[in-house]
Amino acid sequence: MTARQRTTVVAAACLGVSMTASVLLLRHIDQVRPKAGMDDALYIDSPKMVERASLGFRGLMACIYWTRTVQYFGHRHYEREHTYNELAPLLEITTALDPQMLPAYEFGASFLAPTPPNGAGEPARAIELMEYGITHNPDNWHLYYDLGFVYYTELKDYKKASEAFARGAQLLNAHPFMKVLAAQMAEHAGDFNTARMLWSATFETSRTPDIRQNALEHLRSIQVDEDVTNLQAAVTRFGERTGRLPASMTELAAAEDLPDIPADPDGKPYKLTVEGRILVETPENFPFITEGMPPGYKPSARPTFHTKLQPLAALIHRTALRFPR
Amino acid sequence: MTSRIVHIASNTFREAVRDRVLYNLIAFALLLSGAAIFVGQISIEIERLVVVNLGLTAVSLFGLVIAIFIGIGLVSKEIEKRTLYTMLSRPVRRWEFIVGKFFGLAGTLVVNTFFMAIGVFGALLYVAHKFSRPDALILVALYFIILEFLIICSLALLFSSFSTPLMSAVFAFSLFVIGSFADDLRRFAGLTHGLTHWFASGAAYLVPNFSALNVISAVAHQQSLGGHLILQNTLYALFYSATVLSGAVLIFERRNLK
Repeated sequence: MTARQRTTVVAAACLGVSMTASVLLLRHIDQVRPKAGMDDALYIDSPKMVERASLGFRGLMACIYWTRTVQYFGHRHYEREHTYNELAPLLEITTALDPQMLPAYEFGASFLAPTPPNGAGEPARAIELMEYGITHNPDNWHLYYDLGFVYYTELKDYKKASEAFARGAQLLNAHPFMKVLAAQMAEHAGDFNTARMLWSATFETSRTPDIRQNALEHLRSIQVDEDVTNLQAAVTRFGERTGRLPASMTELAAAEDLPDIPADPDGKPYKLTVEGRILVETPENFPFITEGMPPGYKPSARPTFHTKLQPLAALIHRTALRFPR
Repeated sequence: MTSRIVHIASNTFREAVRDRVLYNLIAFALLLSGAAIFVGQISIEIERLVVVNLGLTAVSLFGLVIAIFIGIGLVSKEIEKRTLYTMLSRPVRRWEFIVGKFFGLAGTLVVNTFFMAIGVFGALLYVAHKFSRPDALILVALYFIILEFLIICSLALLFSSFSTPLMSAVFAFSLFVIGSFADDLRRFAGLTHGLTHWFASGAAYLVPNFSALNVISAVAHQQSLGGHLILQNTLYALFYSATVLSGAVLIFERRNLK
C-alpha cells in the first residue's frame, strides 16, 4: 500500500467514525437536555420587522411562517397542549406578509377558535383574523362563511353569524347556500338541522381532504347527538305513559313504533342503562359528540378519524332518527 | 467596435462557465425538487405558492450572488493576472472592455435564469399537474428578475472599476439591501421637510429601486401585471444600468493602471 492509499484509508475511517460518533452523541444530547419552551419561542413578533428582514421576498417568508404555524399547531395539538401562546402572533405575521394567503385565514380561524386542546380558545382573535382577511380579500365569500362559522360554533352568536353569511351572500360569486344559511341562522340557529347544514356546506365546498373528513366526523357526531336526544325524549315519554322505565331497547323501539333497534352511524345499537340513560356503545368513534357518553368518559387523547370519505358521503343528506309524534 | 465588445462578452461568459458558475443549477434543482416534494407534507394548501415563491426567490438570490461575486472580480482579476494590459495594448478601448464585461456577465445570468426557469416550471407542473393561463405571469416575474440582474451587474462593475473585490462586494450587497427598501426611503422622504426632505428624496432616487421589480408575491397569487409596469420597469432598468455603467466607464477611463 502506498503512502497515498494509506492516507485515504485512514482519512475515510476517521470520517466514518467521527460522523457516527457525532450522530450518536447528538441523539444522547437530545435525550438529556431540558426540553424547555423552544416550541414557544417567537424571536421576532413584529410583522413589520419580519417584513423588513425579508428584503422584499415577502411571499416566501409568508410561506415559511405559515409552515411554521402549521407545525406549531400540529405539534401542540398532537401533544394535547392547552396553550397556544404563539399561534395568534404567527398567524398575524403570516397574513401581514401575504394578506392574500387564503389558507392562513381559513385554517387559522379553525386553529384559533376552538377551545383547548382542539384549538387555542381565542375566538375573538379568530374573528379579528377573518375580518383582516375580508378587508384584504373582500370578494372572497369563503372568508365570510368561515367568519359566520366561528360566530356560530364557538361564540353561539347567531345574530352575528347570520350577518356574516348575509354579507357574504351579497357577493356576485357567492355560493347560493350563503343566503339559505343567513336565513336559517336567523330563525333556527340552535337546531341540529342548522348544524348539519353548516357542516354539509363545509364538506361540499372544500377541496381539502382533511377538512372534508373533519366535516364528516362532525356530521356523524351530530347524528349521534340528535339520535340520543330523541331516544332520551322517548324514554321520558315511555316513563310518563307507563310509570316505569323501559326494560330494554327492544321494548322502547316497540313502544315508539321503530322498525329496528336504533343504531349509531356505524350500525352499533344504542344502549339503554338501568337508570334510563341512552349511551353510545363506542363513543371513541365519534370524537365530537356531546350526548350519549358513559359517566366519567374522557375523550381519547388522540382521536382517530377512522372512517373513509366515500361511504360517508351519503351521511350528509341522511336525517336522524324520526319518531312518530 | 461591436465585434470587440462581443468578443469580450463571449470570453467573459466562457470564463464564468469554466469557473463552474452553472454548478449552482444543481443546488437550485435540489432545493426546488425538495420543496415540491416535501412541502405538501409539512404545510397546508400552499404547494403552488411555495414553488412559485421559493423558485423565483431562489432565481433572484442565486443570480444576485453570482452577479456580485463574478462582477466584483471582472476588472480586478484582469489586472491581477495582467491580462488587462495585453488587452488594452490592442485596439480595445477601455469603455469597450467595461461594456463587454457587462454583457458577458449579463449573458451568463440570462442563461442561468433560463435553466432555472425550466426548473420552476417543472416543479410547478409536478405540484399542479397542469399549467394554467396565469402561470405565464411567472415569465414576467423572471423578466423583472433579469432586469434586476442588469442593475446589479452594472453596480458590481462600477465598484470593481475602482475598489478592491472585498469592498466592491460589500458596496454592491449594501446597495441591494438599500434598494430593497427604496419605497420606505421614499415614504420617509415624504414625511420630512426642508433640507432633510431634499437629502432623503435624493437618496431615494439615487439608489436602485428593486422593490418595483419584485413582483413575486403578486405573480404567486396570479394577479395580473399591467403592460405599463412592464414597459416602465424595462426602461427604468435600462436607464439605471446605463447610468451606472457610464459611471464605471468614466472612472475606469481615468484610472491609473500603472
